[in-house]
Amino acid sequence: MNQKKIGNVVLDVNNISLRFGGVNALTNISFDVREHEIRSIIGPNGAGKSSMLNCINGVYTPQEGSITFRGQTFSHMNSRQVAEMGIGRTFQNLALFKGMSVIDNIMTGRNLKIKSNILLQALRIGPAEREEIAHREKVEHIIDFLEIQAFRKTPVGQLPYGLQKRVDLGRALAMEPQVLLLDEPMAGMNVEEKQDMCRFILDVNDEFGTTIVLIEHDMGVVMDISDRVVVLDYGKKIGDGDPESVRNNEDVISAYLGTSH
Amino acid sequence: MAFFLETLIGGLMAGMLYSLVALGFVLIYKASGVFNFAQGAMVLFAALAMARFAEWFPAWTGIASPVLANILAFIAAGALMFVVAWLVERLVLRHLVNQEGATLLMATLGIAYFLEGIGQSLFGSDIYPIDIGMPKDPVFLFDTVFPGGILVNQEDVIAAGIAAALVLALTLFFQKTTTGRALRAVADDHQAAQSIGIPLGRIWVIVWCVAGAVALVAGMIWGSKLGVQFSLTTIALRALPVVILGGLTSVPGAIIGGLIIGVGEKLSEVYLGPYVGGGIEIWFAYVLALVFLLFRPQGLFGEKIIDRV
Repeated sequence: MNQKKIGNVVLDVNNISLRFGGVNALTNISFDVREHEIRSIIGPNGAGKSSMLNCINGVYTPQEGSITFRGQTFSHMNSRQVAEMGIGRTFQNLALFKGMSVIDNIMTGRNLKIKSNILLQALRIGPAEREEIAHREKVEHIIDFLEIQAFRKTPVGQLPYGLQKRVDLGRALAMEPQVLLLDEPMAGMNVEEKQDMCRFILDVNDEFGTTIVLIEHDMGVVMDISDRVVVLDYGKKIGDGDPESVRNNEDVISAYLGTSH
Repeated sequence: MAFFLETLIGGLMAGMLYSLVALGFVLIYKASGVFNFAQGAMVLFAALAMARFAEWFPAWTGIASPVLANILAFIAAGALMFVVAWLVERLVLRHLVNQEGATLLMATLGIAYFLEGIGQSLFGSDIYPIDIGMPKDPVFLFDTVFPGGILVNQEDVIAAGIAAALVLALTLFFQKTTTGRALRAVADDHQAAQSIGIPLGRIWVIVWCVAGAVALVAGMIWGSKLGVQFSLTTIALRALPVVILGGLTSVPGAIIGGLIIGVGEKLSEVYLGPYVGGGIEIWFAYVLALVFLLFRPQGLFGEKIIDRV
């Protein structure tokens, strides 16, 4: 299992500070993500995990610091550029296209890759049709992978929560991202659903070779599947390393369990 | 029988024109989740531009051919609607990403007043004719089947043909193209759409352009029938029940809703009118819309409203 080769640094976060008015959401955070690894960001509620993810994703622009992705350094970017560079994401509170079917939702993830002329597309002729079929095949593969074949034509608004989470993952996968940001993929799930989701995350990492950055506050799950873990508390980094060392880190223990004075 | 058919066809033709305006509402709603109150103002603005350009171009450049002048005016008015779409995105929508639907609705209300005002100060506030050479003479059809035949307005038939072509093109665009899929995605969730690389700004410009083009076609046809005047904006109010009936998210719904209301108005006026003293035409559409709101709020073809509890 642990034979996968972890590559070079793909994503390097440098001294990021983010403020909302007087609130310091993130203070001087640095960490790196290596190719093919599963990197988790954990911390109690309000630690700044989602803010960190939103900085990488270009939703927030940090006041200080920079992010280097595959050798290119950015001080600010927007969500669309981030998507074009190959960073996909899922959402903590589902943000699916509720009125559209599962297939259509996942197909939207391939929008950036479809290049044929809009007129040809409308008439479904020639190269446009071949292209559509090729992309549809990729999408079917993802649907099989996530075991949601039975629901392909169902409007996602009608699916139970756990399945919607899978569709969310599927849409991000359809982009064939190099780095996948998962915002609390297991929030609000029961044990069985959590196990399924863990399996999918490991399989994505394994089969597609996708680098995964994961936010979670369920410590148990994270320790089992992560290669390395960053711990945030009150917007500051208090721990970084492999699950074992983080588990034994005094600061981390006190952040999670509280300290006795 | 012939009289009934005549009324029916008259209703269908009037309905087709309602449909065209309703289509503008549906397009913007489908693609951005915004109920665009400015659609009526856009119809007026586009029609005013078209009418005045057709009048000005020959005077400025000495073009003698009215056909050429009309084509140029149509292109210029189309370009103007593109500028409007671009400005709306730049100055209004861009700053309202991820806001509540009600906020965006209020913004379009503002756009409506602005367009009405600036349209009239740029192009004047009289009644202007649009003459695109539509045949005005009515023809008699089926005079072998019915005594005297059925009176049909040629202009209406051509308008119906244009509307049908427009609907077909738009349906293909929404259902079959990546841009169409992106439009539907943006309507559902701005942030998620951005995260998969859909350029929100460009999508909004596209959809307002398309709605502007539809407004131009609607304004041109209405204008050629009745002349361009301020009251064109109230046509938007007539289209409101149409979208409620057909469903805010359905292109075919806008068309069928328009036809039902057109036919319903005419038939009820002619056959029920005498018993209640007439005037049914004015309120029929609104009452029908109210009934629909009570029993089927998503309209005939709208997306089913799903609410998980």
